[in-house]
Amino acid sequence: MDENYDVIVLGTGLTECILSGLLSVDGKKVLHIDKQDHYGGESASVALSQLYAKFKQNPISKEEMETKFGRDRDWNVDLIPKFLMADGELTKILVHTDVTRYIDFKQVAGSYVYNKSKIYKVPANEMEAISSPLMGIFEKRRMKRFLEWIGDYKEDDIKTHQGLDLDKNTMDEVYYKFGLGNSTKDFIGHAMALWTNDEYLQQPARPTFERILLYLQSVARYGKSPYLYPLYGLGELPQGFARLSAIYGGTYMLNTPVEKVLYDDDGKFEGVVTKEGTAKAPIVIADPTYFPDKCKSTDHKVIRAICILNHPVPNTGNADSLQIIIPQSQVGRKNDIYVAVMSSSHNVASAGHYLAIVSTIIETDKPHVELEPAFKLLGPIEERFMGIAELFEPKESGSEDHVYLSKSYDASSHFESMTDDVKDIYFRVTGHPLVLKKRADIDAEQE
Amino acid sequence: MNTSVTSIKLVLLGEAAVGKSSIVLRFVSNDFSENKEPTIGAAFLTQRVNMGDHTIKFEIWDTAGQERFASLAPMYYRNAQAALVVYDITKPQSFIKARHWVKELHEQASKGIVIALVGNKLDLIEGGAERKVAREEAEKLATEEGLLFFETSAKTGDNVNEVFLGIGQKIPLKKPDEQSQGSSGLRINDDNRVDLAAGGPGSSNAGACNC
Repeated sequence: MDENYDVIVLGTGLTECILSGLLSVDGKKVLHIDKQDHYGGESASVALSQLYAKFKQNPISKEEMETKFGRDRDWNVDLIPKFLMADGELTKILVHTDVTRYIDFKQVAGSYVYNKSKIYKVPANEMEAISSPLMGIFEKRRMKRFLEWIGDYKEDDIKTHQGLDLDKNTMDEVYYKFGLGNSTKDFIGHAMALWTNDEYLQQPARPTFERILLYLQSVARYGKSPYLYPLYGLGELPQGFARLSAIYGGTYMLNTPVEKVLYDDDGKFEGVVTKEGTAKAPIVIADPTYFPDKCKSTDHKVIRAICILNHPVPNTGNADSLQIIIPQSQVGRKNDIYVAVMSSSHNVASAGHYLAIVSTIIETDKPHVELEPAFKLLGPIEERFMGIAELFEPKESGSEDHVYLSKSYDASSHFESMTDDVKDIYFRVTGHPLVLKKRADIDAEQE
Repeated sequence: MNTSVTSIKLVLLGEAAVGKSSIVLRFVSNDFSENKEPTIGAAFLTQRVNMGDHTIKFEIWDTAGQERFASLAPMYYRNAQAALVVYDITKPQSFIKARHWVKELHEQASKGIVIALVGNKLDLIEGGAERKVAREEAEKLATEEGLLFFETSAKTGDNVNEVFLGIGQKIPLKKPDEQSQGSSGLRINDDNRVDLAAGGPGSSNAGACNC
């Protein structure tokens, strides 16, 4: 095999595959290795039989499983539930790299928010907003003024700021100015800005402002909800970017454990030894599982429960796909509970079945009990797979040892923090910020 | 868009250096390059073939080298309606590998996939090299597994177009109003699908030419 590369990438999770693809397009010679025999690592979508093998000590027989749940190969179950924001960074990266050639996307039918033990659709347009029972008539007017302020805000036109300074005023002060009540704050902060807790209230308003703007622009793009989801599951995303990398010369080796990591006398990364031989490169990018000693816990653990239903989620108008947000304050918690629901319409479950993935950041020593408010919303549950994941992040920036590590996938409901990590690693590795090139232009010259 | 155009996803399989990309290059551009580097850069070529009253648009997926260390993604087979399994008639090892790919396709690909077994490099035999894979042996495999079978030369162009015409004739064509069923893996015309690049509500990705 080839000996020298510009970059070695370990792990085929989404973060690693995007970086591999971007660096290959930049002309870097990339070797991409995974110790497992499939793409995606934690961001893979797995068949039902794999799910049983991963989570259950005594898996049922394949015959019994298929009688109950249909063909194994019709299932593509995400291990980590997330959606794409239609106007978010991942969408932009997909479009600019043309990875959209390999993956089809559909809208998610709706976003719902939990309020006083019921769920309500988050309005996706003005008509829905007017008829929504979420707010009283006067609160709706205040909310409208708030959204108009966001829509009209121009950085260089101080008149549009209405006396607010996004970098000085806290978000709570902004809410106060518009006279918004606690339940509306909950709605804006958790169902629109998609914060998982209330720490943002005392922070400067800008990040929240930007998140609300992203939400509104994403809803405006396709109409039903701000979210998109790939047919056949999120596991298509790392595969698509791996293909991009391969097309630009990246070498792929699955099922190839790293036997030894080589460092030079100064402790800088030098290469890896695998069953295929020694591969050298001045830089390695990897997920935390390849360098556990160089990672630390974030002190956050996420519990995720994958539930199989044989009916749509009650009170959602039989939606084929949706998100439910249970804001923390509604159930006396510090962190929100998320439910992501998908079905055969996105080719992740067999016909007639629904997948509901419930997740939250653990706060007690009985994490499964913490998910109860979500389970109650789902109706009868046919099968349940629960797992707890500790979240890791790198101890160092990688500038010393040239080992650049990604973060674990967090508890958020979308990919924005993941793309922040991609951009951050890209900057540290290359020394310049990521500028997306349009691949179509590059190809046009070749074809 | 003309409704008589059917888009077909066709995937290439076969050992390294058997001439997968060369066959496609001959078919798409009627060209051949003697010392072609392993595939880099182009890996999504399209070519239209007129089949009498309708047109088939082949969307051809190259392995992009991911087969080298057994690292092809399931995405590669996903919804493929046709496959070329290529071997080199002077290299018995490449025929063994071809058997493996046929098995893999039966396991991983859609049920109705049309597979063509292609023995390439006929020109080498004509140039005096020794044939190492008997025509009869390959025909036997094709009959057993229900494959189309061709021997080709990407270099001279011999029999290359016939491969794609043969596949075109065997692909079950659906009437436009049946395309939304999608059960055989034909691209679905579905308004819920979004075209990320185009944006805007209701824009459909199905059948869009983005190449």
